[in-house]
Amino acid sequence: MELRSRVPDGPIEQKWDRYRFDLKLVNPANKRKYDVIVVGSGLAGASAAASLGELGYNVHCFCFQDSPRRAHSIAAQGGINASKNYQNDGDSTYRLFYDTIKGGDFRSREANVYRLAQISVNIIDQCVAQGVPFAREYGGLLANRSFGGAQVSRTFYARGQTGQQLLLGAYQALARQVAAGMVSMHPRTELLDVVVIDGRARGIVVRDLVSGKVASHMAHAVVLATGGYANVFYLSTNAKGCNVTATWRAYKRGAAFANPCYTQIHPTCIPHSGDYQSKLTLMSESLRNDGRIWVPMQPGDSRRPSDIPDGDRDYYLERFYPSFGNLAPRDISSRRAKEMVDGGRGVGPLKNGVYLDFRDAIARLGKNEIADRYGNLFEMYQRITGENPYQIPMRIYPAPHYTMGGSWVDYNLMSTVPGLFVIGEANFSDHGANRLGASALMQGLGDGYFVLPYTIGDYLAQQRFEAVEPSHAVCRDAEREVSTRVDRLLSAKGTRTVDAFHRELGALLWAQCGMSRNAAGLKEALKQIPEIRERFWRDVRVTGSGAELNQELEKAGRVADFLEFGELLCRDALEREESCGAHFREEYQTSDGEARRDDDHYAYVAAWEYTGPGSAPRLHKESLWFESVHLAQRSYK
Amino acid sequence: MNLTLHVWRQARRDAPGRFERYQAQDVSEHMSFLEMLDVVNQRLIQTGADPISFEHDCREGICGSCGFVINGNPHGPLERTTVCQLHMRQFRDGQELWLEPWRAKAFPVIKDLVVDRSAFDRTIQAGGYISVRTGSAPDANAVPVPKTDADLSMDAAACIGCGACVAACPNGSAMLFTAAKVAHLGLLPQGQPERLERVLGMVEQMDQEGFGNCTNHGACEAACPKGISLDFIARLNRDWARAALSYAPREVAEGAF
Repeated sequence: MELRSRVPDGPIEQKWDRYRFDLKLVNPANKRKYDVIVVGSGLAGASAAASLGELGYNVHCFCFQDSPRRAHSIAAQGGINASKNYQNDGDSTYRLFYDTIKGGDFRSREANVYRLAQISVNIIDQCVAQGVPFAREYGGLLANRSFGGAQVSRTFYARGQTGQQLLLGAYQALARQVAAGMVSMHPRTELLDVVVIDGRARGIVVRDLVSGKVASHMAHAVVLATGGYANVFYLSTNAKGCNVTATWRAYKRGAAFANPCYTQIHPTCIPHSGDYQSKLTLMSESLRNDGRIWVPMQPGDSRRPSDIPDGDRDYYLERFYPSFGNLAPRDISSRRAKEMVDGGRGVGPLKNGVYLDFRDAIARLGKNEIADRYGNLFEMYQRITGENPYQIPMRIYPAPHYTMGGSWVDYNLMSTVPGLFVIGEANFSDHGANRLGASALMQGLGDGYFVLPYTIGDYLAQQRFEAVEPSHAVCRDAEREVSTRVDRLLSAKGTRTVDAFHRELGALLWAQCGMSRNAAGLKEALKQIPEIRERFWRDVRVTGSGAELNQELEKAGRVADFLEFGELLCRDALEREESCGAHFREEYQTSDGEARRDDDHYAYVAAWEYTGPGSAPRLHKESLWFESVHLAQRSYK
Repeated sequence: MNLTLHVWRQARRDAPGRFERYQAQDVSEHMSFLEMLDVVNQRLIQTGADPISFEHDCREGICGSCGFVINGNPHGPLERTTVCQLHMRQFRDGQELWLEPWRAKAFPVIKDLVVDRSAFDRTIQAGGYISVRTGSAPDANAVPVPKTDADLSMDAAACIGCGACVAACPNGSAMLFTAAKVAHLGLLPQGQPERLERVLGMVEQMDQEGFGNCTNHGACEAACPKGISLDFIARLNRDWARAALSYAPREVAEGAF
């Protein structure tokens, strides 16, 4: 396997423009002869499917939900970045590029990130034209806010529902193409394998989730827009259905998986409350603009928070990071919270959180102002916990939220399997080792609207295709494998539920490969995962049949893939002997507990190649070089 | 707390359904309603019984996947709350709960509490969008939008497409859903060129799907987890009347030139 990044030459500001000119075009009259499969209908998938349909390609879009509008992009709260500089506060393409590279701790590809910053402005134009009701000022122009500690106000938002509104924009663009007959939509259909014929992606194998029918769909190119894998930890802020299956199946068909160990933990989630917990709820990071984070000075202090005087409180972020304080970046805030809880100073009934206190903000600004800013979040918090955050400080704790790793892709967003493109959170490309707030929506839409529609044409224009039918032997074999797996899951008839195994895996990974990792823990996890997997296949209990809507069976297939993927996650974390961004190795830290990066040895993308069952994956390294920025130590002191 | 559940079980679209009785034991007040069902399901699986199918995904009240009727109320007793955000502290020990799927001609049952809401997608496909080619948009600040319009548009756009409005309506009408989209786009300058075509197309599709008519009960607004206002239905009616009286279908308009 060879990693060819295809990053074009030339000055960074000109790379994308020049490259776009060099890309081959498909004759407009020929586009309808090409079938393109898009899997996933979130921001990346819906925007890609709509744009490709509009260009004239024959598009088939698949999603496992009942409607493309349900994809998990919908849950993003905060906003979307763009270097419009509408606030005249000094933003620019270069600044957004630099912030993203630095925020990613210098583990992403310069050229990709610069392109993202360039097209960020087009995304906002596109969304406004589609009718996305972004927040506005009284003069009628767009409002912005500063988000996630950025020094400029470049975040566009639609109340606390930015992801929802952007997704509805893309969904409606997709609906328009469905109505025009350019896209056929296949909801309630799950990808279970990728069909590779003569070294090129030529289709997918899917299961109809209502009838249970397994079938192949053929195409000239396949696009995966299937999101991230944070649910490998079981408890995360992701929707319950989010899974790694598509990129994992693709991995087993030859698409290298890059940087799986870069998993982002979001600092402000509601701590879990019991064994029945099914997911964690994110509280917008914007709360940190006014809330102060603290724990009691003394471990085991069981007084009510209001009875603990200031002298007995430790506002630890303000203590560690006087200049950034409570707005310290996600990875740093998360790690410090863990340190407090691990040190016995956690709060709440399970001692598993830290306080986020609005007492001082309410005293300073008044209750009304706080209600104006955060009313809906306070209400949500109270609904879930039964506690009133105007009176009792919120309790928060970090939770898995987003995954920067994903399928390795080149500058064209094509994986190591020709014809297989991977976009949005599912690829590894733009966020390095840590993603900045409000950048996920930008990347998803950037890939789907403004990158893939060009680059996929370049691929199609250069290929010669012979017709392939779903009756092709490769499809038949893949379908048989899928059906055999389904039968195996149903016939184990063991004693434990799918969720029980998923929880077990999640707890192990959270402990050993969560917010901080060390070699001994990772080795332990690598020993235990195969053992859990073996028990899963022997002892799992999946009721019902494969020929009906069977939600347990769907879950079982996804958990089976997580049980394989978890191993690669730990292997990657073990191999990367440095701390960078969201990947914190306890052995590699400075004397004051900050991450110690090792640019001499680890300034590369780790891309893992599947080598067969029971055989260790092969590591390929794509070196990262930086022509436009200086590698600097992140410091938020 | 302990609860008695009567849950609608139906194997397939064309199979007969019936209520089955289950005990939910040791329910914590901190559980969400769906987590309570998770626990019931885990026990069912362990006894070899088929777990209750219900739709859900984000469990944050935004994706619109979840929803069923609890004791006659879509999404349960708490206002402005999806069933995934409904917590068990809203219930009392010993309560009996009746769980049924959305009941509407346009939403056939697929299994248990899962219904087919694809009629909503087809209603959007019939005009619930603004036709803008990728890459052809003017600068985002080129067209100012008065803040009051943008805010009202956002109020309408907050619809999550869960279908509670249809389930609550005695006529099984989708007027609130359709009106929310018509208002969201019709309030913005970008939505003007297709405003009349949009409302005609969406209403026609809505009728074809088998949704009932609106007779101003207001049950939709009361059931809506996002508090979408009935006022938007008035807007829809106004736009529709205008369109029906004045709108020249596209082919005629094009032929005139």
